[in-house]
Amino acid sequence: MDNFVQVLIDGILSGLLYALVAAGLSLMWGVMDVINFAHGEFLMVAMYLCYWIGEILGIDPLFSWIAGGIFLFFVGALTYKLIIKNSLGKAAMAPLLATFGLSMLLKNFCMNRFTPNFRLLSGTIMEGKTFQFAGAIVSVPQLVTAIFSLVVLLGVYWLIKKTRVGWAIQATAMDKEAAELMGIDTENIYLLVFGIGGACVGVAGGLMTTYLAVHPEVGSLFSLIAFVVVALGGFGSIPGALFAALLIGLVESFTGFYVAAVVKYVAVFAIYLVVILIRPKGLFGW
Amino acid sequence: MSAMLEVKNIHCAYDGVPVIHGISLEVEEGELVAIIGANGAGKSTTMRTIAGLMHPVSGTISFMGEDISNMGASKTIKLGVSYVPEGRRLFSKLTVKENLELGAFATKDRKVINERLEEMYDLFSILKNRKDQIAETLSGGEQQMCAIARGLMSKPKLLLLDELSLGLQPSLVERVFEAVAEINKRGVTILLVEQMVQEALEIAKRGYVVQTGRIVHSGTSKELLCSEEVRKAYMGM
Repeated sequence: MDNFVQVLIDGILSGLLYALVAAGLSLMWGVMDVINFAHGEFLMVAMYLCYWIGEILGIDPLFSWIAGGIFLFFVGALTYKLIIKNSLGKAAMAPLLATFGLSMLLKNFCMNRFTPNFRLLSGTIMEGKTFQFAGAIVSVPQLVTAIFSLVVLLGVYWLIKKTRVGWAIQATAMDKEAAELMGIDTENIYLLVFGIGGACVGVAGGLMTTYLAVHPEVGSLFSLIAFVVVALGGFGSIPGALFAALLIGLVESFTGFYVAAVVKYVAVFAIYLVVILIRPKGLFGW
Repeated sequence: MSAMLEVKNIHCAYDGVPVIHGISLEVEEGELVAIIGANGAGKSTTMRTIAGLMHPVSGTISFMGEDISNMGASKTIKLGVSYVPEGRRLFSKLTVKENLELGAFATKDRKVINERLEEMYDLFSILKNRKDQIAETLSGGEQQMCAIARGLMSKPKLLLLDELSLGLQPSLVERVFEAVAEINKRGVTILLVEQMVQEALEIAKRGYVVQTGRIVHSGTSKELLCSEEVRKAYMGM
């Protein structure tokens, strides 16, 4: 029983983090039909940023995640302006390949500058802190990351559902031309969507620095999981991303514990395949 | 004094294929003018070009003295040109109220927006009952009213209405046209495009007849309704 609670908690905590990583990707995909292959590398950039802020300035990731979010907002917006905008409307695969190139560039830049070594901040405020809950051991940094992730995710959801800017984003996603007829500058909306998408993954990366090591390949697995979450949850659906991410987190932790750690991703991707075969729009697709 | 809207000899093309071969027309402030013609004549293309969704290959469009030929749609609406597109194009997953709010996107003043919402609910009382309903769940007639109301939310000087009657049952067409006449009475200049020639000319003051990308007749509604040619070609008489 203790094991069960432990595995359940672990699954939920990683699921909430996955949700925030995936939300940004989902938004870009849902609004613009653009697959950002550099999404995992955005995460890596945020982690390096918060790692170096911690190492050089001594500011704890508990605070510097805000910088991660802001910095990645601009990275996202700039990516749209310089790369996506020029590749949209060209060959069908152009934006996808362009972002793939960006991902290579970022990954290899960090490999070259920072070496492939794993780097973990030491002496952070929450380092090694745990508490007992219903017989399970809960890691404080992981819990705080999960809670912050949920709060940011709800904030983005609120922005999209309840504000005029959010309606404009949805309108642009549904019918770009009609949105322009309303006086909505759809170019600005795209810029904003890439910014918000970047900020989500930036916040996630910053928070993760509290307990995960950063290295040039760190984005790969997370982006793969994010793709699965987006496809499962439905493109552009934030509740969908949250639900799918929790599902993935739980599947991962349960198979990892009750079957074997080596097969946990087999289970994750098997579920993905099954859902996509039965419901190609995803569970909550538009 | 020049007309509110002046379209001078515009040529338009889709991907290099010309579809409009020199159309000129004028709309005076306060008028209700109809462009009529068969399916594929180039009526909607003319409207899309005036609205700024596409740009003429040659020729000019000026609105209240300003050249808007190459201005994008998101800018022309700020000058007071609002286009209710063919097929309504509501934001299908948003509520009626959210659709209307987006119609007033350029306005930031909450009070003004609320006043206009009330005005729309007054004009189309059904929308008030449906305000929290998702747009795609409305009936065709309600959707058309919602689209017109959305187009009015920006308080336009000129309202462009494209094929309002499309897909509506006859009794609803009549109601929608009554509403259009009422909007015109309240001071909004209207240019509308219609395939239902008789109904359109009954509310319009003047009309232009478009055939394969050219204007072939123009005149007051009475003249057009009496014209043998128009009656034969478009009213099946």
